[in-house]
Amino acid sequence: MPLLTPFETEALLLSLKVAVAAVACSLPIAIAVAWLLARKEFPGKSLVNALVHLPLVVPPVVIGYLLLVTLGRRGIVGAWLDETFGIVIAFTWIAAAVASGVMAFPLMVRAIRLSIEAVDTRLESVARTLGASHARVLLTVTLPLTLPGIVAGIALAFARCLGEFGATITFASNIPGVSRTLPLALYTALNMPGGEANALRLVVLSLVLAFLALAISELMARRVTRMVTGIG
Amino acid sequence: MSAIETDIGLRRGSFSLSANFSAGPGITVLTGPSGSGKSTVASAVAGLVTPERGRIAVNGETLFDSGRKIDLPASRRRIGYVLQDAMLFPHLSVRGNLTYSRRPGELSLERVTDILGIGHLLDRKPASLSGGERQRVAIGRALLSGPSLLIMDEPLANLDAARRAELLPFIETLRDSLGLPVLYITHSWPEIIRIADTVVLMEQGAVRAAAPLQTVLTAADDGVRHLVPDGSVIEATPTAGDVDGLCRFETPAGPLFLPRASSSGARIRLFIDAHDVAIALEAPRGVSVQNVLGGTIGTMTILDESHMELLLELAGNQVIRARITRHAGAQLGLRPGMTVFALIKSVSFDRRLQFRGME
Repeated sequence: MPLLTPFETEALLLSLKVAVAAVACSLPIAIAVAWLLARKEFPGKSLVNALVHLPLVVPPVVIGYLLLVTLGRRGIVGAWLDETFGIVIAFTWIAAAVASGVMAFPLMVRAIRLSIEAVDTRLESVARTLGASHARVLLTVTLPLTLPGIVAGIALAFARCLGEFGATITFASNIPGVSRTLPLALYTALNMPGGEANALRLVVLSLVLAFLALAISELMARRVTRMVTGIG
Repeated sequence: MSAIETDIGLRRGSFSLSANFSAGPGITVLTGPSGSGKSTVASAVAGLVTPERGRIAVNGETLFDSGRKIDLPASRRRIGYVLQDAMLFPHLSVRGNLTYSRRPGELSLERVTDILGIGHLLDRKPASLSGGERQRVAIGRALLSGPSLLIMDEPLANLDAARRAELLPFIETLRDSLGLPVLYITHSWPEIIRIADTVVLMEQGAVRAAAPLQTVLTAADDGVRHLVPDGSVIEATPTAGDVDGLCRFETPAGPLFLPRASSSGARIRLFIDAHDVAIALEAPRGVSVQNVLGGTIGTMTILDESHMELLLELAGNQVIRARITRHAGAQLGLRPGMTVFALIKSVSFDRRLQFRGME
């Protein structure tokens, strides 16, 4: 007898796909935003900061609704995407990825920003005097030293994506094989009469996944820290 | 030609800086109390801080000129920058740090590791190095970027006396063997006395004096007196052969007999504390002080109700300071132009500024 039922396997694989896509696509943006917030002064900085942190402070359903209004088929951006490219995002697995990516974004930016702020700017200054361009300083000094924070940000965001519920169900609905990730499958099981046993199995699966993710990120963080500082 | 010409002004909140000085080749020391603007000047020369107005030129090349809208970026100024904390890139090996700059210089990696004695450290990470080793790697990294000027901002401040003594000769080597001008920031007068060619005294964001070391120490200017130690410097060359444990040092003002400072015959600087100089009207006999130099009184300055200071002009254009009581001055009837004898009770030399009695 296989360890997981097809229903569970589907939800697990979908959850992983959604989380990986969400983290991979938002990482470059998160690094850019974190760098701007950590190192640059510009008008409207506090507005950008507030916007980035919005998903942390408003109910996920609100974020899901806002996504629907903008990226939905009749949304401002969504309608344009549909007409120009024939792309529809809402109620697809991509919508689930966008929803969890947006929800996880502030966590990722915070971790990376703190890490960039911890890089001594004098190291960057010295690199400049050695003849390095701004781009080379960023690539060879700032980013390598930020790596522990980037790893932490990825781990946090990944965990947040795996657990995302409210924004996903609002923006991507709860379609089996399309947007029914583990939390949504758990919710579905709980709503079915006699679904407690299935729900329990999904709870255990979620826990195992979470511990695995944590363990891997801890290992990565240690390796990266050793690489960056030479200590540990 | 001046190695460094700086005439800049800038404002940071309530702090305003106006620094105008030029310095020849060799080691130029920027010194002054904390917050006097030394590091800001260094940052501006390196291109890390942009002044509001003025001009900066190194070896005749204009790096900054607000009038002509010239502001070379730090990456193109060819200025080596060594800070108090070595600021090595922690994620790179020593080799990675040394070869970080892609700018071709005249020096090879082998030559630099040779001069600084860091060849055996190449594969280590900065975290595993001692403070002195880190600082040597930082100097090497700066040298390998082909600099036309080396800025060192308190490079020895975090090191103990032994490490400092170990590193100072390297810095002198940069000047003497490589001919590299150095802008050196420090609070430490023993360091200044040992290595400075030109001294720039700063206070409250302004340059109070910029002149050769001896001139700065003996300028009887009330504006700078509180910024320099009470004493003067004479250059001396030890001669071979000790007499009763004392070595004869030749100075332009005459011979001095001191305990041997070093085994080599290299010229050293002797610091003579103004309090350790007594005045006699005739060549003294029957005193234990062995070192007596003849000269004439230059200026006389009243310091407070009981003390005065004399500048004594000795042979060979040497000037030393003597601090005596006003009572003694009056009893001896001292006036400018008088021929007198300076009795030097003690002298300090070498990097640790040790005072050694020599009666």
